[in-house]
Amino acid sequence: MRMLKILLWKELLQIYRDPAIIRILFIMPMIQLLILPLAADYEIKNINLGVVDHDHSEYSRQLVNKIVSSGYFRLKDYSATFPQGLKAIESGRTDLILEIPTHFERDIVKDNRSSLFVAVDAVNGVKAGLGGAYLQGIIQNYNQEVRTQWIQAQRFDEQPTIEIASADWYNPHMNYRVFMVPGILVMLVTMIGSSFAANNIVREKEMGTIEQINVSPIKKMQFILGKLIPFWLLALLVLTIGLLIARLVYGIVPLGHYSTIYVFATIYLLAILGLGLLLSTYAQTQQQSMLVSFFVTMIFNLLSGLYTPIESMPAWAQLITRFNPVSYFIEVMRMVMLKGSGLADIRYQILALIGFAVFFNGWAILNYRKRSG
Amino acid sequence: MEKENVIVTHELTKRFGDFTAVDNVSFAVQKGEIFGFIGANGAGKTTAMRMLCGLSLPSSGTATVAGFDVYKQNEQIKKHIGYMSQKFSLYEDLTIRENIRFYAGIYGLRDERIREKTDLLLQQLHMKGAERTLVRALPLGWKQKLAFSIAIVHDPAIVFLDEPTGGVDPITRREFWSLIYEAAGRGITIFVTTHYMDEAEYCNRVSIMVDGRIDALDSPANLMQQYASASMDGVFLQLARKAKRSGD
Repeated sequence: MRMLKILLWKELLQIYRDPAIIRILFIMPMIQLLILPLAADYEIKNINLGVVDHDHSEYSRQLVNKIVSSGYFRLKDYSATFPQGLKAIESGRTDLILEIPTHFERDIVKDNRSSLFVAVDAVNGVKAGLGGAYLQGIIQNYNQEVRTQWIQAQRFDEQPTIEIASADWYNPHMNYRVFMVPGILVMLVTMIGSSFAANNIVREKEMGTIEQINVSPIKKMQFILGKLIPFWLLALLVLTIGLLIARLVYGIVPLGHYSTIYVFATIYLLAILGLGLLLSTYAQTQQQSMLVSFFVTMIFNLLSGLYTPIESMPAWAQLITRFNPVSYFIEVMRMVMLKGSGLADIRYQILALIGFAVFFNGWAILNYRKRSG
Repeated sequence: MEKENVIVTHELTKRFGDFTAVDNVSFAVQKGEIFGFIGANGAGKTTAMRMLCGLSLPSSGTATVAGFDVYKQNEQIKKHIGYMSQKFSLYEDLTIRENIRFYAGIYGLRDERIREKTDLLLQQLHMKGAERTLVRALPLGWKQKLAFSIAIVHDPAIVFLDEPTGGVDPITRREFWSLIYEAAGRGITIFVTTHYMDEAEYCNRVSIMVDGRIDALDSPANLMQQYASASMDGVFLQLARKAKRSGD
């Protein structure tokens, strides 16, 4: 116990003396949480629209007006021919072209049918998909309006249509910040957990002080705990700062209990710190440990469900996410914050994380040797 | 009078793959002795020392340090030795006082004893008033002397010094050796590697390593007589020229 106290005293003193750590610890979460949620938004706005109108009719103008007034599109190009419109896409001025054929209005009125052509620049897949879908939605809506105008005359010919009413639960306003902030918070805590402790141990290797430790009667467990506990506390501190920012800046108040988040974070950090520790037992220089932990956390973050839903990943990738501690924490954060889940609801995730913690730490302890072969 | 042996090795060997760093080395070090370990770079001095400290596992042979077996009781050995590595290894971002407190603490010294030791040490090193200086800011000579004093802060039976005076000016080296003598006077056995031949002459006995083997082991006076040389330099050159391994 006394040994551990001495180790912790020394570790905290060193952290306190290192201006870089303090700065990174407090400034990084602030900046990430203040900037990322505002920028990392899935909603697509400001889609640049090009129109090729061969009809120049009342209806075609109404349609274009309706599209532009939706707020998602900006009319950037109005070409006479399709090849001209395509040039605008090629030069990057527009993202999609809506081509309205000649006799658009006449065909609707006379034949009750007409067609439109939409060409989308699909280099940015998300923008293309959503832009096309928005446009389709607006055109359908317009179609409905036109139809109601004409249906009054012949009301016996009513076509059966199914209308869908949807209710968005747990995040009723589909607010992306509510969805992103907890995820970004997880990313932050993960970065601190996985790279700070690892780097710290590798630094002792580089400085040669680890040899002085290895030649002393300090036990392996004491040394490792002496390294884990300070960073465990720091990560919880950053989590607290993050939750405060979420509450004060974004007004995100978890529906569940803060205590549920902390209980889970505590276990989660044991797993992530164990991973960092494991990396440190293999790395010889800080550069190595930085690069490896950067690589690992990047994969973890991309496969965590933070940016893209896990359910839409291919089956093999979904399997990988089961071995990714980050995905569990993001899931739990969202469950607790948005759905108000309690400990009983996340017991499966807790068990999984305990498994990770035992695995990573066990491997690290086995691999850390005071004596070389 | 037969003196007690604190280090005994028998055919101690360390191989790294095909390379035999330490080759069947047998010797004994007596209690309170200043035992010099001399050899060219790459002769195997550091490897031999690391095995005795429990930092490296021997490939074959036997050794006991302070009465404990290096294979099975390496953690016991660690309680009874001090070690100062070639690479300076105090915490540069801690102060002098904090370094003393940390290293004394991990050897289990009580707070009160740590305070006494700190005062004694600061006085001995003429560092009173500087105890709140970060070690980073100290000149190399000071750092080395401090590192030595910290290596023996827990009064070990043996202290292992791996080229403790590398890169240090002659005056500081002399001061360093007076610290060594003072520690030896208190009964601490000194096991020291060096390439400085004048330092070899300060030792009670010297062993000269060539290509992983001990080629000569005796008091400096006997060695000089045996090799008909006026200084240890001459002895060393005669032996080291036979080396087939090149230095690092």
